[in-house]
Amino acid sequence: MTDPVLGPGVPPPPDVLLEVRDLRTYFHVMDGTVPAVDGVSFSIKRGETMGLVGESGCGKSVTSLSIMRLLDIPPAEIVSGEIWFDGRDLLRLPESEMREVRGNDITMIFQEPMTSLNPVFTIGDQIGEAVVQHRHVSKKAGLDRAVEMLRLVGIPGPERRARQYPHEMSGGMRQRVMIAMALACDPKLVVADEPTTALDVTIQAQILELIKALQQESGAALLLITHDLAVVAETVQQAAVMYAGKIVETGSVEDVILRPKHPYTEGLLRSIPSHVPKGQRLNVIKGTVPNPFRMPTGCRFEPRCPYAFEPCHDFEPPLAAPPADHSQQVACWLHVPEAQRPGRAAVAPAPPVPTEAFVQVESVTRQ
Amino acid sequence: MSAPPASTAPVTGAAASKPDREVLLQIQDLVKYYPIMGGVLRRHVGDVKAVDGVSLDLSKGEVLGLVGESGCGKTTLGRTVLYLQKPTSGKVVFDGRDMSTLSGRELRRIRKRMQIIFQDPYGSLNPRMPVLDIIGEGLVAQGISDSRVRIKKVEDALETVGLRRDYTRRYPHEFSGGQRQRIGIARALVLEPDFIVCDEAVSALDVSIQSQILNLLLDLREAFGFTYLFIAHNLSVIEYISDRVGVMYLGKLVELADTAETFSNPRHPYTVALLSAIPDPDPRVHKKRLVLKGDVPSPAAPPSGCRFHTRCWLREQLGNPENCSTEDPPFRELSTGHRVACHYAEQVSSERVSSAAAKAPAVVSADVGDVAEIPFPSLQQPGPPPV
Repeated sequence: MTDPVLGPGVPPPPDVLLEVRDLRTYFHVMDGTVPAVDGVSFSIKRGETMGLVGESGCGKSVTSLSIMRLLDIPPAEIVSGEIWFDGRDLLRLPESEMREVRGNDITMIFQEPMTSLNPVFTIGDQIGEAVVQHRHVSKKAGLDRAVEMLRLVGIPGPERRARQYPHEMSGGMRQRVMIAMALACDPKLVVADEPTTALDVTIQAQILELIKALQQESGAALLLITHDLAVVAETVQQAAVMYAGKIVETGSVEDVILRPKHPYTEGLLRSIPSHVPKGQRLNVIKGTVPNPFRMPTGCRFEPRCPYAFEPCHDFEPPLAAPPADHSQQVACWLHVPEAQRPGRAAVAPAPPVPTEAFVQVESVTRQ
Repeated sequence: MSAPPASTAPVTGAAASKPDREVLLQIQDLVKYYPIMGGVLRRHVGDVKAVDGVSLDLSKGEVLGLVGESGCGKTTLGRTVLYLQKPTSGKVVFDGRDMSTLSGRELRRIRKRMQIIFQDPYGSLNPRMPVLDIIGEGLVAQGISDSRVRIKKVEDALETVGLRRDYTRRYPHEFSGGQRQRIGIARALVLEPDFIVCDEAVSALDVSIQSQILNLLLDLREAFGFTYLFIAHNLSVIEYISDRVGVMYLGKLVELADTAETFSNPRHPYTVALLSAIPDPDPRVHKKRLVLKGDVPSPAAPPSGCRFHTRCWLREQLGNPENCSTEDPPFRELSTGHRVACHYAEQVSSERVSSAAAKAPAVVSADVGDVAEIPFPSLQQPGPPPV
């Protein structure tokens, strides 16, 4: 994973498949504006696997929907940013060209296998549809590909299953159908948004093993979006942790999970109840995520951070590599050398105290 | 409270190993079927066997974790124990009283001592009721009509779960998921119960909030001596909170033991697979998983004999012995306090587990049938030719 160093409008090097630069996706709703994704940058090389991890509302799904350009605009608005995919900025493609990319070069596995399949079409039709659309083959060839894909994802009797409808399958099997659909067109990038969250643990194990095996086999890059650090640890090479619309830490899975640098990552890892000795209290991250309408001015984690100190309240830390370690990036003032931290002198001057009263009220009595 | 007669006491476990602990709740051969009505005449054509003969004892102050996959009957068991649903057969004895013999009024009185915390902090609170009414509803039902007493009790309960006393006039939408779950807990403890069923009480919460709620539940046990039946599908949560663990599969309890014993020395092939399936947060661990093939069969038509035999890796290793598919294995005691329902529980060993894991194909079949004939074609080469 490399950080975007190139200027705006310059495509990344060819080995980088996807590069998201300073993406900002806001939602304009009745009560104001929600900065769901607020300056997110990351990149994925060809064939690489990356996990985007964070708790509900951190903006991980909005990031993936922004990449796919599947958000309703309005209320959503992509305020700024560039999404370079295979040499093109997706945000500047006309919708007709985007449609060529979506479902063909980039495909998606959704969380809910119960609702993301169309109940009135057969499984075979639904898998074959994308192939027919994008590869301009006959319906028969599309169906053949569907059968082949169903066999690939471990569904016995694929010829029979291809003629069935989604309601005739269990949750785990439907998720396999979603995976078959996502891989049918030989995509360059698969975005999997919480692919196992709705599944039981033994079925989750089946599906994760399947995703891993097929990713390696097909050579597609994988962007895995999940709230579960353990799933990230098992499945991907790179990880980025999101909090309140921003990436707070990124690096290899080993670095992020074994040597977390951001207090939020550390807190998350220590909240996992496994391997905590009996009787010992679980570590908690105090408080809750900030109100999206009133984001903290400085670091967004500051109100919950056990290490918060002077600059954290007023200044937003940049996502940067700590001096000793260049493989990992972290957005935390703790890892910025003291000389580079905004000191007292740099604190924005307080708003000037009005010397002259704007309105003066004197001797008002109530009648 | 009278000790259960020795002959009918189905399960020993912690109750037996710690004789100083009184048994609070006894579940004896509990069965809950839901009828399936079919045909034009809506005739009774079959049953969903949600809970099919479960026996358990809970001692006072104990946390019994109940784990299993969706559809295994753990939620039905929790609700039937509270008599929110009448069991088809079997007995629930709470503090020495057989619930089936109680009249409606007596049942209401005893329910004051048994409460439930639901999974969904969004769905389980009425959006049109202020917190005072949500938490106070149970008090009204129990006949506490003095509103000042009620308000005081609700405020105390809010404080106990870590919320502010003045939240009583607020509505559910003003709270976050974690706070709502605290309201759900306050609703359960305002009646000062002895026994609380936690039905997936932390499953809908983010991990940082989940740990806050788990700590709270354990603090409350410390303070009030609650007994919990803790139902969850998350094994690491179960491991952390429970004293004993019961594993359910298709309406039956298949294994029951102390938590440490369950996690270090599982004896039922299903428990072994369940534990093997937990993703490990340590990226250095690349354990070869024992992945089960297929899905849980339908509880309306459970397999004959041992219900797990269709997916069982041990049965496969032992050369498919016949009694697995014909004889329902008894829930027998393997060692003190460790019960398991498997004919071949003694055969489970780490060597067998790792050899079963090693044999598993890269892509495990989605069905219980024909695993071997699934080839693994390369993705690149076949595909329709791009035009």
